[in-house]
Amino acid sequence: MRTAQQPRSEAARERTVHRRRQTVRSVLIAAGSTGVLGTLLVVAVTGAPGWDRVRASFFDPGIARAALPEILAGLWLNVRLLFFCAFGALALGLVVALLRTLRGPVFFPVRALATGYTYTFRGLPLIIVLYVLTLGVPGLRLQGMPSVLVLGGIALVITYSGYLAEVFRAGIESVHPSQWAAARSLGLTYRQTMRHVVLPQAVRRVAPPLLNDTVALQKDVGLVSLAGPIDAVRAAQIATADTFNYTPYIVAGVLFVLLAIPLIAVTDWVTLRAARRQAGG
Amino acid sequence: MSVLSCRGLRKEFSGHVVLDGLDLDVAEHEVVALIGASGSGKSTLLRCVNLLEEIDDGTIHLDGEHITDPRVNPDRVRQRIGIVFQSYNLFPHMTVLDNVTLAPRRVHRRERAAAEAQARELLARVGLAEKAGAYPDRLSGGQQQRVAIVRALVNSPRLMLLDEVTSALDPELVGEVLTMIRDLKAQGMTMVLATHEMGFARQVADRVCFLDGGKVIEQGPPEQVFATPTHPRTRQFLHRIIEAGRL
Ligand SMILES: Nc1ncnc2c1ncn2[C@@H]1O[C@H](COP(=O)(O)OP(=O)(O)OP(=O)(O)O)[C@@H](O)[C@H]1O
Ligand SMILES: [Mg+2]
Repeated sequence: MRTAQQPRSEAARERTVHRRRQTVRSVLIAAGSTGVLGTLLVVAVTGAPGWDRVRASFFDPGIARAALPEILAGLWLNVRLLFFCAFGALALGLVVALLRTLRGPVFFPVRALATGYTYTFRGLPLIIVLYVLTLGVPGLRLQGMPSVLVLGGIALVITYSGYLAEVFRAGIESVHPSQWAAARSLGLTYRQTMRHVVLPQAVRRVAPPLLNDTVALQKDVGLVSLAGPIDAVRAAQIATADTFNYTPYIVAGVLFVLLAIPLIAVTDWVTLRAARRQAGG
Repeated sequence: MSVLSCRGLRKEFSGHVVLDGLDLDVAEHEVVALIGASGSGKSTLLRCVNLLEEIDDGTIHLDGEHITDPRVNPDRVRQRIGIVFQSYNLFPHMTVLDNVTLAPRRVHRRERAAAEAQARELLARVGLAEKAGAYPDRLSGGQQQRVAIVRALVNSPRLMLLDEVTSALDPELVGEVLTMIRDLKAQGMTMVLATHEMGFARQVADRVCFLDGGKVIEQGPPEQVFATPTHPRTRQFLHRIIEAGRL
């Protein structure tokens, strides 16, 4: 561990001064080029011949304010769906991945089933799964049928767990066989080895792609509105149809980005940390 | 009675025969060094004894118990045998202390406090007390290998298998691991070690076994095998080693 120390030698002091000067220079250059580029963009867009019309139909503050409550209500549905679907898909994905990695002839049927599952639901478009579950299944008129919203959530979980299972499996298989040998040689069983040695390393390694898929899920949860429930995008669509103005879409878009920022920031942070660990630093 | 007794071991990897009717007995408190050319099956033999590989024929007895009987639970057998690998194979996501206490806590269901106390004592004995909270990637190779040996020792094994435990180490780090193994020998641990370092074999082994063609073709006290080898293959092997300056 090196602590912040006063540089002792003349050469070290000179190096520090030089480095500081370099830093100041790069900050100035970055600020300058950003300013120039930003000005150019603003001039280009606002100077365009159709800018006034576009501003009226996409950036109307009055309409934005009027549509906001409905869109926020829809967004709350997105948030809840995202929360439950993310957990459901992560859990189911992990289970499917674990079943796919089981070895031995006894587990052949389970393994085959899990493999078939990942093949099917990675291939099948989400919209089709969604329609089958939200439009087809209620048609059975069974007792105690869950609401369309829950069925839509299940469709999302099923589809995304197909992807996540493969991410988990890649992580599990990336753990070197010598780790298995070391754990089993201590007398740990298959399950104990998986739980205490292999999975912790696997999950750490694939945390960035897992989170990345969660960010993608956040955009796909809105698709349940195809089956009726009103999410943020659907609410914006309704508002647009009322006013013949596209501003509500911009409002919804901004809200989605705001919602995604924390998740993306966490993803970046985890990725960076994983990279650092890999580098052994 | 011997601690370890292998009879007619046969192991092949998709048609390539590595062990071919190998016999080996190891008495209590005995230290046996396995030597032989690269690919002669030293690691394979150790992995078979620890049931990490399934043998194709023959039997292995540990303390008179037939451990290659398919009805035997291999997890129970492995608890009684410690193995240390050339590449340490510490668990990178765990601290040194967690590496060492994993088996006591999960396999032997010991209390965390008791397991940690025992682990700290063992670590202190090999001069690693202050590394208990460190992650393996912060340790030198020699320190990692000593932790790996401690990790195998907490199970109080009847038999220790050491597979080229010093070959990944810088020369100046070899000494600290060798000292540890010599201490183990002094405490009466029964050990089988595979090595390319004849000096090491000469120092710690009671008996040297030369593997060739899937069998032990010559064995005896190190002075005898190194000074007056009888089998031409042994002579050839030792000759090459001397030429390489490793004897
Ligand atoms: N899992 C495996 N699959 C296929 N072949 C293997 C496997 N493990 C070992 N072998 C082969 O078995 C032979 C013996 O290997 P082994 O590692 O036991 O030799 P060794 O005596 O330990 O050699 P070294 O001194 O280089 O460590 C080699 O030819 C090797 O390629
Ligand atoms: Mg080897």
